[in-house]
Amino acid sequence: MSTHTAVLTAKEAARKMTTRRLGLWLFFLSDGFVFGGLLVTRFYLLGQARPHLEQFLGLIVTAVLLVSSFFMNRAEVSIAHNDRKSFVRNTVITMLLGIVFLVGVVGFEWQLAPFGPADGTEGAVFYMMTGMHAFHVLTGVIFLGFILRNGMRGHYSAENHWAVEAAANYWHFVDLVWIFFYPALYLIGTVGG
Amino acid sequence: MKKFFSLGLVRGLIWQAIGTAAGMGLLGAIRALMGLPWKTEPAMVFGGVVGAITFLAGIGTMRDWWHMALGKPVPEAEEVHETPGGARYFGVSLDHKVIGVQYGFLSMITLALGGTFALIFRTELAQAGLDFLNYLQFNTLIGMHGMVLIASILMGIAAMANFIIPLMIGAKDMAFPRLNAFSFWMAVPGTVLLVSAMFVGGFETGWTAYPPLSVRGPMGIQMFFLGVYIVGWSSILGSLNLIATILMMRAPGMTLFRMPIFAWAMLATSIISTTATQLIGLSFQMVMFERLLGMGFFDPASGGNPILFQHLFWFYSHPAVYIFVLPGLGVISELLPVFARKPLFGYRWVALSSMGIALTGFLVWGHHMFTSGMEEYLRVPFMYSTLLVAVPTGIKFFSWVATMWQGRLRFPTPMLFVLGGVIVFLMGGLTGPPSGTVSTDLHLHDTYYIVGHFHNTMFGGYIFPLFAAIYYWFPKITGRRMSEKLGKAHFWLLLPAFLLQTFGQMRIGLLGMRRRIADYDPEMGFTFSNQLITIAGFLVAFSVLIFFINLWISARKGEVVEGNLWESRSPEWQIPSPAPLHNFAEPIRVVGEPYDYGLPNSRYVETVRQPAGD
Ligand code: HEM
Ligand SMILES: [Cu+2]
Repeated sequence: MSTHTAVLTAKEAARKMTTRRLGLWLFFLSDGFVFGGLLVTRFYLLGQARPHLEQFLGLIVTAVLLVSSFFMNRAEVSIAHNDRKSFVRNTVITMLLGIVFLVGVVGFEWQLAPFGPADGTEGAVFYMMTGMHAFHVLTGVIFLGFILRNGMRGHYSAENHWAVEAAANYWHFVDLVWIFFYPALYLIGTVGG
Repeated sequence: MKKFFSLGLVRGLIWQAIGTAAGMGLLGAIRALMGLPWKTEPAMVFGGVVGAITFLAGIGTMRDWWHMALGKPVPEAEEVHETPGGARYFGVSLDHKVIGVQYGFLSMITLALGGTFALIFRTELAQAGLDFLNYLQFNTLIGMHGMVLIASILMGIAAMANFIIPLMIGAKDMAFPRLNAFSFWMAVPGTVLLVSAMFVGGFETGWTAYPPLSVRGPMGIQMFFLGVYIVGWSSILGSLNLIATILMMRAPGMTLFRMPIFAWAMLATSIISTTATQLIGLSFQMVMFERLLGMGFFDPASGGNPILFQHLFWFYSHPAVYIFVLPGLGVISELLPVFARKPLFGYRWVALSSMGIALTGFLVWGHHMFTSGMEEYLRVPFMYSTLLVAVPTGIKFFSWVATMWQGRLRFPTPMLFVLGGVIVFLMGGLTGPPSGTVSTDLHLHDTYYIVGHFHNTMFGGYIFPLFAAIYYWFPKITGRRMSEKLGKAHFWLLLPAFLLQTFGQMRIGLLGMRRRIADYDPEMGFTFSNQLITIAGFLVAFSVLIFFINLWISARKGEVVEGNLWESRSPEWQIPSPAPLHNFAEPIRVVGEPYDYGLPNSRYVETVRQPAGD
């Protein structure tokens, strides 16, 4: 009896995990349409023009966010190998890089930009795109805060770390969005053209 | 009294009121600290957001998630034991059958509400001249009529899907029961916000909320946006859940091409609503910000482009019409074989036609914009893609006719509504191509002809099949069947009254009556038609009243039926009615084709005997 049920429940657990993953990816698909809509907005309203922004700052925040994804991945791999110390270290680094990104965009770029949200289409597009993305980064940092707390308390193991996987995938997703937003805002087109 | 306050719904609404007030106060205080004067609009919006969140938290939809986030153990959803009884329906329940009924209630309430709005403005239109409404009230009513009923449709679909799909595919529940409850309860504060738009100034734009008018008009539009945004998220999360359920929770042996056809329809619908809905949310959000922060997206006065709004809006709102009708068309395909005692003709083609409609539905939104000043070179491509939709839709009609052909037809109430749906949807389908063809649409656009067209499609594709579904599955919910006598009265009043209404609408449209106009010139010669339409509208409403009475009486006194009332092969009819708590006492397995009615010795499902304690 016991082996029979054990086989069944293992199968059942695997199915549950696949279902969760599917749910998460469907969420990304759905959320992706928001960012897609914002990209359409950007090209529809601004066309070949691009807003006047701090190029160097943009490069730095982009690099920071890309690098953070590397540490996010290290954190996930660490917990999959039951290496709790490395998990904690890498999660903290990821969070810090995320915060640096937020400070760079909201704290600096928003202050340095020569226009406000109410200044024409440039302002509207720039603040809407970066704002929506920053909101996602912020929620990502909060998720990481929760898994960090639970990870330090030993709630995760190699077999059982779905929350880490979900938070990590979310982080990569938000990172991927920026890979499209950065060129759309900083590189494509000409300033004031 | 204490019992009343222990109901989740009541607690939630109280929390929403508290949250709204607190949010408004908080924003006012922050602005005061920054030295800014009081402004009602941002305070209302912020309060509305906070109120929706406090509703959801107050009613307890997020408690388990909070515990999970803190690493506390939370029981598996299947192991949660809920005390049976009526109170379950007024608070958070994880049971898909309860949630289905909850959606059903909300959908019927909004149906009655939206219908009442229509009766009010139809009364105004019965004569030329302004009789008892002013322009703003009239405009608010038509906008509310549209959007409240769209919300009602979304909830009605969620009701059908939640109650039926898990039973149909042999599952114990939905894939994510907690998310399911959350999605439903989101819809409640969303609806409250949506309706509140009437009381904070109304709005002038109609349900499409086009800027620049929506940027400039009264503040009610903000509550309208917020309500739709939240109901939209409810729909997104609900349909995400459905996709996962249909793909992952089917009984052993039920391959995709052995699913009941209604599951295919819901799958196609859900694909549209998980993705496209984001675009209406985004476009509404952008207008909200344009009003609050002066961001110049759409108002040409600040450099924006109103056509962009229409693109974003219709990218959802055209596919949305397929969200509305695909489940209904699925119900038609599901019930016809049962009442014709014949296999569904071309099962695979019908299944794939739902997918085909869903995909082509994404490519046609521009047909709403032929006269809008949209890029001219886009007109003809959008015309062709629009007409292309007729192909998968035609497949469905072909299958319905062929399924009935030489069948042994029976005509109980659900079948009448199925046939009514087919006829009315045909009218909608035939009136679509003239609106989809550029040259004719230039004349038809924004006339009452369009109003007639889309009422045909939505009644044929949703309302009639919804009634069919309720008459058909009511015994699964209550263990009683609905009165045939009242059901037939409902049908035979609804069908002719409705056709009179829409033919009248199309006629006056062709004669030059514009839509969304509170007044018209008596010289145009369509006053009499307008009166007929108004009378027909009241008859439609009266038939729905008969339906409500039928629901009420039959739930308490209807004939008790426990078994397979309609002699269906579908899994949900192989278990007793009302459906027991965990659906299937013993797991089932699919061993044949779903619609082989009339074929000797063919089986669709069998129960898997549990090895008794080995
Ligand atoms: C044969 C298929 C169909 C075709 C070719 C078609 C075509 C069109 C066109 C071209 C318009 C825009 C007309 C205008 O505003 O000038 C329109 C409006 C509309 N259609 Fe259809 N349609 C079809 C099926 C449907 C279905 C299945 C529904 C869903 C229930 C639907 C619901 C609507 C609605 C709600 C509007 C009005 C939107 C508004 O308020 O402006 N249509 N249709
Ligand atoms: Cu359309």
